[in-house]
Formats: sequence, structure tokens, C-alpha cells
Amino acid sequence: MADICKKDRTESEKPVTDEKINLLDYFRFAPKGFMGIYDYDDSKITLNLQPGGYSSTSRLFDLDRLLERDKLREKDGFPRKIKLGKLVKPSKDGKDKSVIIPSAAEEKFYHWNSEPYLGEGESTGGNGDEQEGEVIGEEPLRPDEGEGQGGAGKGEGGEHGTGADAFEIGRILTEQFELPNIKDKGKKTALTRYTYDLTDLNRGHGQILDKKSTLKRIVKTNLAMDNIDLKKGIDTSKFIVTPRDRVYRTLSREKDYESQAIIFFVRDYSGSMQGKPTEAIVTQHVYIHSWLVYQYQRRVTSRFIVHDTDAVEVPDFYTYYNKNVAGGTDIASGYQLVNKIVKEENLARDYNIYIFHGTDGDDSDDDGSKSLEELSKMIDFANRIGITIAENSYTSRANSIVEKYLRRSKLLETYSKIIHMDSFKADEADEQRLIGSIKTLIS
Amino acid sequence: MKLINQHTKKIMEGCKARAKEFGLNFSKDTLEYYVTNVDLIELSPKHMIPTLYDYWLQDIQVLHGKGEYEIYPSNPYETVINTRPVISFYNDTNPDWLNVMIFYHVIGHIDFFQNNKFFEKTWDYDFKQKALTEKRIIAKLRAQKGRVVDYVIEFAKSIDNLVSYFRHLAEDENVRNILSLPDKADYYFNHFLQSEKKIGLREYLQEIELYNKWEEKEGKSKVESFFDKVTLKNPEFEELFHNRKIEKDIARPDLMQFIMNESKFINKEQNVWMKTIFEIIRDTSLYFSPMMRTKIMNEGWASYWHEKLFLSDDRIKGHEVAFARINAKVTALSRVGLNPYAIGWRLFMHVEEMANQGKYTYDYQKLNNANERKLFDSDTKSGNDFIFHVRANYCDSTFVNRFVDQEFVDKHKLMVVGQRINMQKGVKEYYVKSRKAEDYKQMMFESLYHPPHVAFHQRENGTLYINHEFEGKELYRDYVKNTLIGIEYLWGDTVKLETTELDYDEMKRQYAQLDKGKAPQDIKIKPAFNRVLYTVKDKKVTRQKFG
Repeated sequence: MADICKKDRTESEKPVTDEKINLLDYFRFAPKGFMGIYDYDDSKITLNLQPGGYSSTSRLFDLDRLLERDKLREKDGFPRKIKLGKLVKPSKDGKDKSVIIPSAAEEKFYHWNSEPYLGEGESTGGNGDEQEGEVIGEEPLRPDEGEGQGGAGKGEGGEHGTGADAFEIGRILTEQFELPNIKDKGKKTALTRYTYDLTDLNRGHGQILDKKSTLKRIVKTNLAMDNIDLKKGIDTSKFIVTPRDRVYRTLSREKDYESQAIIFFVRDYSGSMQGKPTEAIVTQHVYIHSWLVYQYQRRVTSRFIVHDTDAVEVPDFYTYYNKNVAGGTDIASGYQLVNKIVKEENLARDYNIYIFHGTDGDDSDDDGSKSLEELSKMIDFANRIGITIAENSYTSRANSIVEKYLRRSKLLETYSKIIHMDSFKADEADEQRLIGSIKTLIS
Repeated sequence: MKLINQHTKKIMEGCKARAKEFGLNFSKDTLEYYVTNVDLIELSPKHMIPTLYDYWLQDIQVLHGKGEYEIYPSNPYETVINTRPVISFYNDTNPDWLNVMIFYHVIGHIDFFQNNKFFEKTWDYDFKQKALTEKRIIAKLRAQKGRVVDYVIEFAKSIDNLVSYFRHLAEDENVRNILSLPDKADYYFNHFLQSEKKIGLREYLQEIELYNKWEEKEGKSKVESFFDKVTLKNPEFEELFHNRKIEKDIARPDLMQFIMNESKFINKEQNVWMKTIFEIIRDTSLYFSPMMRTKIMNEGWASYWHEKLFLSDDRIKGHEVAFARINAKVTALSRVGLNPYAIGWRLFMHVEEMANQGKYTYDYQKLNNANERKLFDSDTKSGNDFIFHVRANYCDSTFVNRFVDQEFVDKHKLMVVGQRINMQKGVKEYYVKSRKAEDYKQMMFESLYHPPHVAFHQRENGTLYINHEFEGKELYRDYVKNTLIGIEYLWGDTVKLETTELDYDEMKRQYAQLDKGKAPQDIKIKPAFNRVLYTVKDKKVTRQKFG
């Protein structure tokens, strides 16, 4: 009580002028009741008016509305405009900061230097003392040389600082792009955690009265006591209620059985992937990653592998996302590493395993004997293998080495539940195509 | 957003007074506002014009900007817009000395906006007021017509870089007077002598001289008699003159105007309102055109003056070191890359120095001896006047073309930096490609704003045929399709685009035939260009090769 008194006093001591009364309040609490014509004057009216209200952004839409807007375009027969991307700021402790950013290109006829395809990048200005022809700097094509090879012993893939945002993008994807839910195949039970829920029933006392059960109980009791005469009709006011009839729900510890998933993202980063194919694959993997994180409510562990002729596991999505292109191609190396990790860490027992592989379809292993061998091993444990082939502009359609040997192997038909493949021209891979491709991979 | 306080305004007024003493010339009134960084992010899709029309894709850009800001926060110093009065935006956290520097920079921009001839068309009205009216018109249309308005905005914007800015600039009485020779003289000098007679430059100049003398002697009204002599010498002249094809270049519409005037779709009674939006988008594009074309000069000029005026300002004694740090950040040459502040500033100083030494003269240009060139100094003291002349009459391309010379490139150790892949080392190399002024100039031209040039006409069957004039760079392919869909929507019939693109198949074939033993950086594949034709009909785009 004393406290309350004190509080009252301090409030009343406060000088009235300190209080911000907006105009509406001012009228509401006008001392003389309703104000007459002569009670208004400029100083009163303008006293508390904020110049706000006018802002360049007063009509700013939020992302969801903008996406809805974008959806309407499809209805009107125009391609969608908004692309969702992610901006990541790497940090040393692994807690990368990232945000989802939408972007929309202003498409016009722009000049564009297509020469980089000829082996030489665009020229720019510079300043310094070197002679003509001298190299002034270099940038590794394959960064982070020597970083943790294999990574098999590195445990559960670490924490993903990007989790929260992948969650966000996934939400948008599942809601806006209507991806079908991935099938929860072969649920492997694994203890994950306890949840506390109001599921236990208790008679007599407890946290929350379960009215329905209580009513049933009462009816039962009264029937037993012969208190109900059906011929006369039910008069609830005559019901006798005993304390034991009250049914309560109480908080209880529940074992939560949830399946876990581990996702392997495998990306070809050989030289031929430069440009469009990489862009398409990486973008698609961003989508899949984000969406899985969403779908599995953060119970998804992702592992990232890049390969050219050798495969390397990289610690996080950011590195995976940003790896530059490097040398030749040996697809088997990537599969091999996946199999090795799964075997050594005994992942198949506890996890749903998904493998998404992106390549441009070039492989030095022409008949695919090595790759196919690894792939068949993979089929044994994987819930789904999704292979994306983003073809280079110079490859003719559906005619890449990988696609050819995959089709020849009949793996696609024999294990149509497990292995899916989609190929498209990297040039034509707009957002819809990529989403469509994801649908193919996970259908 | 609120006006700067009286204390800071006083600093600004002090800056203005000092700048005037140095010969800068700008309108008396200016408005300065404090803004937050978020304000600036929200303004940037509107090109900093708070009253620009609303458009949903701007919101995307704002969200994009905010996301970027979250990851990479930055503190912009200022921004200034070319309105009447000129408005500029500032952070309210700047110390006074920094404001002095920033104000001088802004004053440099204001002076440039108000004196550079390329801005001439923006001098007679206040863009932000016009924009406000237009914003209301668009809002009203949107309320009536719904999202169609946004499609029209979007697609009109998709061709708003194809407006003829220079022709727009020439829609000026002074220019027209210069261009409007009497018909006969126009034909004689611009067509007859050049395309029929194909005479040399010397003869041509002599002929002009003769004409001018004749005009002086006989007076403007009787100048026609000049051609009597011409006809005596060239009997065919009269007849050719009468049969000449009348081409009034100035009257030729650009693609936006053409669509506005000729489109079946837009000219339907129920769609005529779209023209209003077209006009707005076109005007807005024209308004921003001079800014795009004077980036290096504008920033160079502002940097030149903020340095010069700051160092001579008595109010900021003691802050020279802090100034030097900030100034260096703005105007340091980048090791790799093109910084318009750094290049523009140095080029203005270079021009001033060269002019002071009298080096933009024939006497200097005819010297071949390097040492003589170095020692040449006729001490004209005209450098200051000369840079004012340059700021009034040049745009980036002419500025670079005329004044980037070997002296400039050498003085600042400039170079063209190339990139190449070194497969053996597994690296991308940056190397010094050239130190020649010509190459440096060429590299700068490549990076200057240069929208594609298109010719167009309507075919008998109603198709709009657009012909892209290939200037060594193809159109960005990813955007071609959707841009065409937009044009088709506006045109209301089939649209065709002829353009040039690299033929990857052909290049791949060349590559396959190459000797595989070669080091990758030695492999030179000739770019194989092909003329291609895009056709858009019912929102379906097809592409085919010629020949």
C-alpha cells in the first residue's frame, strides 16, 4: 500500500506542462467540457501539432505487401520483379550478420561489356609507379587455401549465424512461392529435447480447468448418482458437483520426437562454372537452404561442400556462397566426400539426409563411372538427392556430360523416389525457373 | 527532416559570402536541412527529390537500402539537389569545421548547377514544385485506374534512357539561331560541299570565310546573292537544292515521344491519360540527364573549391589536420578504380596550371621537344578564368577528351589497369595495361554514361521496328526480354529489336579448334559478333540470328 501511495504522489507532483498531450487528448480533457468557437485559437491548435505525418515514406509498403503486389504481375501476364537476396557480413566468431534484402532491377537497354567472356576482364583506372605490363596485385581464384580439409571431424557443422534470416527467407518462400512440403520420409526417431505442455489431466487441482472434461465428469457422476431424470429433461442447476469432478490440465514434461535433417550442399566451383551457372546454383541453394531451415524449424543441420577436382568442406553458408571458381571438374570427388562424412560420423542412423548438388554438367569423368558408383552408395542412405544442372550457354540443351551419363545409368528411373535431376540453361534461370527447379528436386 | 539551426546557417552564409569573393556565381537563397541516415536511404530512390512521384519499386529500393545499411552502416556527409532554391541535406552531428568544408563543397555544386550550360534547361523552373504537382497527378490517376498506372510508369521508365537529351538541349532559341542558316546556305555547307563535292577541309574553310565576308559586305538580307556565283561554278547546285530531302533533325522525336504520338494503344480514347505519365517520366529523365553527364566535372569542381576555400577560411584555423584527413579520403586516387572526385579535382587543377603557363596555345602545341615543353611558361595568369570557362561549357566527355593529356597522366602516375586470369597460379591478376594518355582517355570514355542509340520506324503492318546501332558493346541480355515486353505493352502491337550480340557457339567452336597446349592467358579468341532480331508478340519474346 505504501508503495502505491508514493507512486500517486510522485505523479501528482509532476508539473502538468511536462506531459505531452496530443490534440485529441486536449479536447477530451478540456476543463470546460466541450469547447466553443472562441475557445479555439492558433496557439492551442498548433501547440502540439507535430510536423510529422508528411514523410516521403508515408506510403512505404512492407515486404509482404510488395510481394503480394508482385504476385499480381503474374496474373496480369508480366514476369515478377522482386528478387530476394541475402546480404552477409562475415565475422570472425562465425556469427555472421545477415539480412534479407529484396531487390528489383530497373530493366532497360543498357550497354554491357561482354568481353570478359574472352578471358580478359574490364579495364579500369589506377595509380602507381609500376611499369607497363607489371602485375600490381592478384586475387586468388580459390580463396582460403589450406583451410580445414575434409572437415569430417568437425562435428555438427557449427552454429549458423544466418539461421534467423534463413528462417525469414524460408517463410517468405513457403508462403509466397508455394513450395510443396518436403516429404518426411523414414522418420528416424531421435531424442531432441523436452517440451513442456499442458497435456496432463489431473482431477481436483491443477493449472487450468478443462471445462469439457469437467462437464463430462459431472454428467458421469450425476448419472451414477441417479441425479438425472431423462424423462423430465436435464436441469443443469440441479447437478451436484464434487471436487473430484473438476478436471485440470497440468504442465508436463514431454519427450519431443522430431526427425532431424542434415543437408549436404555440394557445389561445383570449377572454372567452367564462372558467371551464370554459379549464380544460378548459388541462388537456388540459398533458396533451398532458407526454406529447409524454415520447414524444419531450425532442426536442420547443413554441411557445405565445394569441389573442382578435389572436394573441400567449408564451414558455413557464407563461405560456400562466396567461393570463387577454380580449376577442373571431378564430380565424383564431391560425392565421395559426402559418403565419407556420412560414414565416419554415422549420420545415416539419426538423420534424414538430403543432398543437393549443383553443377554445369561438365565432368572430366566422361562416362561417369566414378560418379555413378558414389551416387549408388549415396542412394542407400539419402532421403533425397537433388541434382541441378545449370548449363552453360555453349552447351546444347539437355546434353551435358553429367545429364547424359545420369540418364544412361537409369538411376533416375530406378530410384525415382530418391534421386531427382533438373537441368536448365543458366542464362534463362530467372527466379521462377529456379523455384520451379526446386519443386522438381523435392517433389 | 528539419532546417539547420541558426548557428549553422550563419556558417553557411559566411561560406557563401567568401565563395562569392572568389568568383563563384550562384543564387542568393538556399535551404539546408538536417536529415537522418534513414531519411537519405528513403530519399535515394527518388534521386533525393522529396517530392518525386511514388512508385512501388522505389519501396523495394528503400528496403534494399535499409538492409544494406544494417550490414554496412555509413554516414553520408551531404547531398544537394538542383532546385530553386537549392536544397541540401546534412547530418546534424558534424562539427562546425567539417560543416565549413561540406558547405564549400555544396556551394561548388550549386555554382556548377547554375552555370554549366548542360543544365540550362533546368534553370527556368523549380523541379521540386513541378515534381510535387506530378506526384499528385500520378496519385490521382492511381486512385482512378489502379495498378495499370504502375505498369505505365514501369515501362515508360524502361525506355527513359533513350530520350534525346542533346536534341532537347538544342531546343533553345540561341542554339536554333546558330543552327538555322538560311536554307540555301544550310544545304550548301552541310550537304552539298560535304556529300556532293566532297571537298577538303581547307577549301571548305575558305568557302565559309568567303560566305562570311559576303554577308558582312552585302548584309544579311542580300546574302542569297552569294549563291549566284556558286551556281555559275556549279550549275547543278540549283537543281539539287530544289530536290533536296528536307531533314529537320531537331524535329525528329525520340523513342518515348514516338510511342506517345504513334502508339495505337496509348492513343485509344480510354488510354490517353497515359501520355501524362509519359511526359512526366520523360521530363524527369531529361532533368537528370545533365547530372549523369557531368559527374566527374561536378564532383571535381566541388572538390576543387572546398579545398581552396576551406584553406583560405580564417574561421577554421587549427583544424587543418582534421581537414586533411577527410579531404584525403574524398580525393585520394584509388589504386585501382576511378574516383570522380579525385580525377575531376586533379584535372581542374591541371587545366588551371596548363592555362596559367599558356599551354593551351598553338605556340605550345607545336613544340616537339620534351624539354622545351616542360620549360614552356608564358605566365598568362589566365588559369582561373579558364577553369570558369571550362565549368560553364564542358561536360564529362568533352572535358576528358580535351584535357586528359600525357602530362596529366604522367603527373599523377595514372594508368589503365587490366585484369586477366593466371591459371598456373590460380589467381586473377591486375596489371598495368597502359600508361598512354590515349588509352587512359579511351578507358574513361568506356566508363562514362552512354545510353544506347536506337533508330526506329513503324512498319506498314503496325510493327515497331527498333534498330540498335552497335557501338562495340552489346545490350545487357538479361534485360532485353522484359524491356521488350514493356515496349510491346505500350506500343500495342508487335515490336522488333535488331541488335548485335556475341555468338558463343561460334566462339566455342573456335576454342575447340585451338591448340590445347597453350597457356590460357595466351589464348585469344576473336569475338564473333552477330546481328540478331528479337521479336515480341503477345508477351512472347523470340530471338533469331540474321543470315
